[in-house]
Amino acid sequence: MTQSQTGSKASSFSGVLAGRRGLVMGLANNRSIAWGIAKAAAEAGAELAFTYQGDALEKRVRPLAQELGGHVLGQCDVTDAASLDTVFEEVRKLWGKLDFVVHCIAFADKDELTGRYIDTSPENFNTSLFISCYSFTAVAQRAEKLMGEGGAMLTLTYYGAEKWMPHYNVMGVAKAALEASVRYLAADLGERQIRVNAISAGPIKTLAASGIGDFRYILKWNEYNAPMRRTVTIEEVGESAVYLLSPMARGVTGEILHVDAGYHIVGMKNPTAPDIMKD
Amino acid sequence: MSDVAERVKKIVVEHLGVEADKVVDNANFIEDLGADSLDTVELVMAFEEEFGVEIPDDAAETIVTVGDAVKFLEKATAA
Repeated sequence: MTQSQTGSKASSFSGVLAGRRGLVMGLANNRSIAWGIAKAAAEAGAELAFTYQGDALEKRVRPLAQELGGHVLGQCDVTDAASLDTVFEEVRKLWGKLDFVVHCIAFADKDELTGRYIDTSPENFNTSLFISCYSFTAVAQRAEKLMGEGGAMLTLTYYGAEKWMPHYNVMGVAKAALEASVRYLAADLGERQIRVNAISAGPIKTLAASGIGDFRYILKWNEYNAPMRRTVTIEEVGESAVYLLSPMARGVTGEILHVDAGYHIVGMKNPTAPDIMKD
Repeated sequence: MSDVAERVKKIVVEHLGVEADKVVDNANFIEDLGADSLDTVELVMAFEEEFGVEIPDDAAETIVTVGDAVKFLEKATAA
C-alpha cells in the first residue's frame, strides 16, 4: 500500500475547518480513531479541546492534545450528569460557543464480548447501552446550547449494528441504538442547522478493539473480502470525519457514513479470498 | 543480547519512558517498570507490530516480565 493510497493529503482539505472550534471526547492513545479525527481536524484548521476519563488516560491525552495545540478540559465521566455539565461549562468559558463535537466513547464488559449475546447480563446491558448510546444524547443536549449558529455532531459506530458479527454481542445492540439516536437527534436539531452524523468505520486495531474476541480474524476477513481488499486507517476515518464536520457536508445530516473499504456492500466471502484459520 | 531481546527492550524503553538499564529480563512491567494496565495492552500491540506476530489474549496474560516477552517472541519468530 503506497502512501498516496492510504495516507494523508493535507493540501486537499487544509483550511476547511479554519476558525472552527471542536470538542473531542474519548481519545485514548495514538491508535485511537479519535486521534485520527483530531489530527485531521487540526490539519484542517480547527481548534480543539479534549476530555479524558481517569488518570490512566489523562497521561495519554495530555501529550497528544499538546501535539495539536489543543486544550485539555479535564476529566469527564459521561455517566455522571454533573461531570458533563462541568465540561460544557468549561467549553462555554473557553470559547463561548461550539462548532462541533466528536463522540468516540463506548463500553461493554470484556467478558461478554465473546461467546453468545443471549448470555448478556442485565447489568452489562444497562451499562453498555448507557455509555455507548445514551452518552451521545447527553452530550448532544449540552452541545446544542453552545451551537447557536449551527454545528456538527459526530459519533462512531460499526457494521455490527446492522448485521451480526462474531463476539460483538451487546455492543452491536448498543451501536444499533446509537445509530437510531443519530437519526432522532438529527431530526430534533435540524431546524437549528445542527447536523448529527456517524461514521461506521471498518475494524481498526485500537485499544478498544483489543477487548473484542478474535479481532485479528475479523481484520483478516475484512482485508480479504472488502471490495478494496484492505482495512482502513485512522487517518482515512479522520479525513472522512473532517468532511462531515465541515461546510462541505452542510446538507448532510442523520447519515451513517461507512468508511470501511466498502465492506458493508459485501454479501458473501469473495471466492478468490484465501480461507483463513482462526488462531 | 539476542536481536529479539534488543528490539523488545527498545520498545519497552520508548513506551514506558524508563531508563534502559532498568529494562532487565526479570523486570516486571507493572511492579518494576511502573506500567499501568493500559500500558500492558499497548506493549503487546507494539510487540505484535514490531515482530509481525499475533499474541493471543491467553498468551498475553502470561507476559508479565521483559524476559517473558523476549521468550515468547523468540519462539514466535523462530517458526
